[in-house]
Amino acid sequence: MEHIRMPKVENVRLVDRSSSRRIQVGTLYLTATHIIFVGKGSEDRNELWVLHSLVCNVVKHKSSQSGYPLLIHCKNFQVIQFIIPQESDCHNVYISLSRLSRPEKYEELYCFSFNPNVDKAEREHSWDFLNLKAEYSRMGLPNKLWHVTPINREYRVCDTYPADLFVPKSVTLPVIVGSSKFRSRGRFPTLSYYCKENHATICRSSQPLSGFSARCLEDEQMLQAIMKSNPGSRFMYVVDTRPKLNAMANRAAGKGYENEDNYCNIKFQFIGIENIHVMRNSQQKLIEVSALRSPSMGEFLLGLENSDWLRHIKSTMEAGIFISKAVAEEGVSVLVHCSDGWDRTAQVCSVASVLLDPYYRTIKGLMVLIEKDWVSFGHKFSHRCGHLDGEPKEVSPVIDQFLECVWQLMEQFPCAFEYNEKFLISIHNHVYSCHYGNFICNSQKERKDLCIKEKSHSIWPHLWESKLDFMNPLFKPDQSQNQGLLRPSTAPYCFKYWRRLYNRFDRELHPRQSELDCLMTIKEETQQLEEELALYEQKLAVLDKERAKTLYMQKGVLDSKQALWSLPLDTSLANTPQDYIGGFIGGAPNVFTLQQGERESAELSLFGDKPKSSDADSSDQESGVADFSSHSSGEESLPTVYALSVTALFEER
Amino acid sequence: MELSEHIKTANVEDVTLKRPFHPALRGTLCVTSHHLLFSDRKDEASWQLLILLRNIDAIEKSVENLFGYPRAVGSSGTITIKCKDLLVLQLEIPGMEECLNIASSIEALSSLESVTEMYPFFYRPSHLTLQGPWGLSSMEQYYKQTERLWDRWRVSTVNSDYSVCPSYPSAVIVPREVADDMLIRSARFRQGGRFPVLSYCHHRNGMVIMRSSQPLTGANKKRCKEDELLLQAVIDGSELGYVIDLRSAQQAQQARMTGGGFESKSCYSHWKRIHRHHERGKVVQESLIKLVEACSDPSHSVDRWLSKLENSKWLSHVHSALSTAGLVVECVERDGHSVLVHGSEGTDNTLLVSSLAQLILDPASRTVTGFLCLLEREWIQAGHPFQQRCAHSAYSHARLKQECPSFLLLLDCVWQVWRQFPLALEFSEALLLRLAQEAYASNYGTFLCNSEQERCAAGVKENTHCLLQSLLKPDIEEQYLNPLYEPTDLAIWPSVHPQSLQLWTGLFLRWTEYAQNMVEAREEVWSIVKEHRERAGPDQTNNTLSTHCETLTPFENLMDELTIL
Repeated sequence: MEHIRMPKVENVRLVDRSSSRRIQVGTLYLTATHIIFVGKGSEDRNELWVLHSLVCNVVKHKSSQSGYPLLIHCKNFQVIQFIIPQESDCHNVYISLSRLSRPEKYEELYCFSFNPNVDKAEREHSWDFLNLKAEYSRMGLPNKLWHVTPINREYRVCDTYPADLFVPKSVTLPVIVGSSKFRSRGRFPTLSYYCKENHATICRSSQPLSGFSARCLEDEQMLQAIMKSNPGSRFMYVVDTRPKLNAMANRAAGKGYENEDNYCNIKFQFIGIENIHVMRNSQQKLIEVSALRSPSMGEFLLGLENSDWLRHIKSTMEAGIFISKAVAEEGVSVLVHCSDGWDRTAQVCSVASVLLDPYYRTIKGLMVLIEKDWVSFGHKFSHRCGHLDGEPKEVSPVIDQFLECVWQLMEQFPCAFEYNEKFLISIHNHVYSCHYGNFICNSQKERKDLCIKEKSHSIWPHLWESKLDFMNPLFKPDQSQNQGLLRPSTAPYCFKYWRRLYNRFDRELHPRQSELDCLMTIKEETQQLEEELALYEQKLAVLDKERAKTLYMQKGVLDSKQALWSLPLDTSLANTPQDYIGGFIGGAPNVFTLQQGERESAELSLFGDKPKSSDADSSDQESGVADFSSHSSGEESLPTVYALSVTALFEER
Repeated sequence: MELSEHIKTANVEDVTLKRPFHPALRGTLCVTSHHLLFSDRKDEASWQLLILLRNIDAIEKSVENLFGYPRAVGSSGTITIKCKDLLVLQLEIPGMEECLNIASSIEALSSLESVTEMYPFFYRPSHLTLQGPWGLSSMEQYYKQTERLWDRWRVSTVNSDYSVCPSYPSAVIVPREVADDMLIRSARFRQGGRFPVLSYCHHRNGMVIMRSSQPLTGANKKRCKEDELLLQAVIDGSELGYVIDLRSAQQAQQARMTGGGFESKSCYSHWKRIHRHHERGKVVQESLIKLVEACSDPSHSVDRWLSKLENSKWLSHVHSALSTAGLVVECVERDGHSVLVHGSEGTDNTLLVSSLAQLILDPASRTVTGFLCLLEREWIQAGHPFQQRCAHSAYSHARLKQECPSFLLLLDCVWQVWRQFPLALEFSEALLLRLAQEAYASNYGTFLCNSEQERCAAGVKENTHCLLQSLLKPDIEEQYLNPLYEPTDLAIWPSVHPQSLQLWTGLFLRWTEYAQNMVEAREEVWSIVKEHRERAGPDQTNNTLSTHCETLTPFENLMDELTIL
């Protein structure tokens, strides 16, 4: 609280960036956790809530006649512009926000003060929602070739790895220790994915400390053991995801890559994904392009090209494809590493997993995958997402790229994923929001030391609750081409600009009607009707029975009649439409700003956007056609500004 | 010369056919006057590929043989066939001579000049008859159906012999108070005689979209009283109208040097002019060629692809067409003023903008019938020179003459609108693709010739079938319908931000694996909707519910009786 110099400013104007003529006047509040803007005048309170942890930077602009503009860029790509009447107020807000958005200690993060109305047991339970042990056993582990090694239980061998790690059974503890000493930060080769069908595995590690000529017998034994644990194959791939030049430069620092001559039966391969600094700059350029106000087609496309962003997405995807094909088609195990093995390695392993295993294309599966390959294996979320004030060079959109690869795949295979892009965008939001404890800190050990599980809540059950919002109505799990390995095309035209993410808050850019929501409503209704039919049949059966009974026993009639009425009542309660229909059908189907139940973190969109309507309540079960007109109401769109507006055009003359 | 004389080799055995994403096939190749037929005779159920020769845009041949041994064993040739619908095929033909013969037949027969030699004049399917009216609706019928026109507008038959304007239909809709002789004068003052005629009257406020060609003011700032009065009559005196000139102000100025010009403020005092630059003709055709070229090489890097996509400028054309259409709609719907749209000739961009504006404004033009009628009225009858514009598509090496993919651009823009309003159009992407294909090569006579006059002279209406009719009869095929259609009365304003416009993958990547997955998705949409209809269809739900009620009621009565007992 001591950082808030100015808890409240009146007469602040909020400018809609799509059209500077649409302005809201209201009051700006600064709380310990949020920036809150409350619009004045209108009956339905227009509010904008922004978490401090989502604020990327705050910029003061040159004063104008109307006041002092303050521009807030958020990590979820929202850009907010306030105009504050007094310079001193503006400065105070600026100073307060600059401090509030850059917490110095973990304890300041929102997840430690976020206290939803749940009891302790429920909170603890939320952390058990995902269980990595169950995930490994889903893969078929442990088995006769792979087991959990206790060696890192106390995080002594590698403090950035999880406590439980799978290694070949044939590997002895000294070999692991030896290998870990020969790898950057002790990140020795360990299992990430196991393919039940052919025993091929994806393993991950950091770079070897090979320098120009160093060798390590244990490390060589380790790789040999991994290769042997795949009985069908005679060699394994070692994939270095860095550009060859970078890897060679590392040799001078005593690091580097595996020498094919020293390791038996390995095939070594460079992939050439650029490092975190290149990616950070690239995304910065992309964000600038996405934020251009009415660019020409040429400016936009050239900007997209110059950002190089899609090229990086493509190279990540290609790495994933290479590995998934090695595993599924050749049945060969792969060891993946980059420098430290927590950025590109995490990306590539998880992209390959999504391609390989349909489970990761389900809602729960993607959660598990992120929990396993990213959270548990020590992707440095706090550094990469800039949760705390720190070294800006550590920040990089590594997980953004993974989510985008999944999105690109969804675009190519519209029927292969259980989730839709809202799910990815929600995850993206929460990776940065610090609203839940999952993505805080840089490793499992740090999280344990901080007692994250005791002090904060887990995001996954929260997302699971709103899973109906995240469903892809086109998902066809039984379709043969959606089973097993996905074979995406890497033709350049298959890589598209992700408008829903980068222009998430620019409502006027998105389709005015949502096919997805419409299909979802239709599907839900079909299901409802089916249930209704079943209900009637049930009712009939009961009545039949009753009739038979009543012929003999008059006494029982009254009781059974009650039963008759209570039965349908219960069932119909269980399938009232609002249970299925999320927030997106009523009002404006394409409004992306609201995730159900996320109000604490998110931002109520302003400018005439009705919050979720509860129209669904009024839908008539009996008619079977529940309030169907509601999904066409979304196109009540305002015209985009085609000219400067015709009238404005002539005022000039 | 008889068509068959072009065919020196009609049949070749043992030809290998290669198509993208299919295994190579061996079979027999036949050339007929209008078709290329490949049949795979290996299996019982033989597979056939029938290509309209007119659909072939370019062929490339390469022969390998030992010089001087024309029939040498092993001599063979490869023909690459590039179709106007962007499909690319390869045929490996044994025998150099056969290969060259086939190639020269294709070259000659795919570019016939005479309309009456073209396939639509020979196409006689058993399920269609040549009797009865041709087309969906005439201008008179349109007028009769549109009650809001009756008061202030009339049908003029001043052009019944096509002498006033050769590219206009015989009947046009003009202000009631303007007499035919004024129209004749105005026509003389407009390029190609295309005087201002009504294109659309807005159902909400009676404002209209007019279209014409440029006025021939020339360097001396000529005037035409009748033309001025005609436009005055359109806006009925007091109000204000907008002239949307599809050229930049500078281009419009320059046009005066060659006899053209624009409506100056001093002469047309109630009309405000807005200039919007649109590329035309060759530039747009070259855009198409560059775009297709960029799409045909999947090995490009992403950077190269994006720079080629940008360089083609195709999406920029889509962007300007939609923006200007939006501007027209803004004038009509929001500001409540009438609009006159024209560029130079008034046969390309003018039609593009006026028909897009109607799609955005008018719910009636978003149904299948309404959309096809719109195309008939605004493109076919309005005299878009299809034969010249669609003579070649993206692959041809022939020197460009009058080719320009204006119609394709329209279909692309309509597709963009559909992407943004997936529930608002009754028709599907498949219909747009079908139209794109038919405009370039067709069994039907609809897109033949350049104007109504030419169609009359060639006897198109008597001797060919009409595509638009056959699309609607007997029933519209399911694939041409949008399963999610929900009519709306509102204007559907598309976003024209570059971030919102996309490459039309369905057309430009039609023959890649990318399109296959999209087909699967479309099928799934249909199956979801069908399942829903099965459950919720008005007949069925009512039936099941009422049968249940019928069966339940007597029981309940019985039970009530029993309770009383």
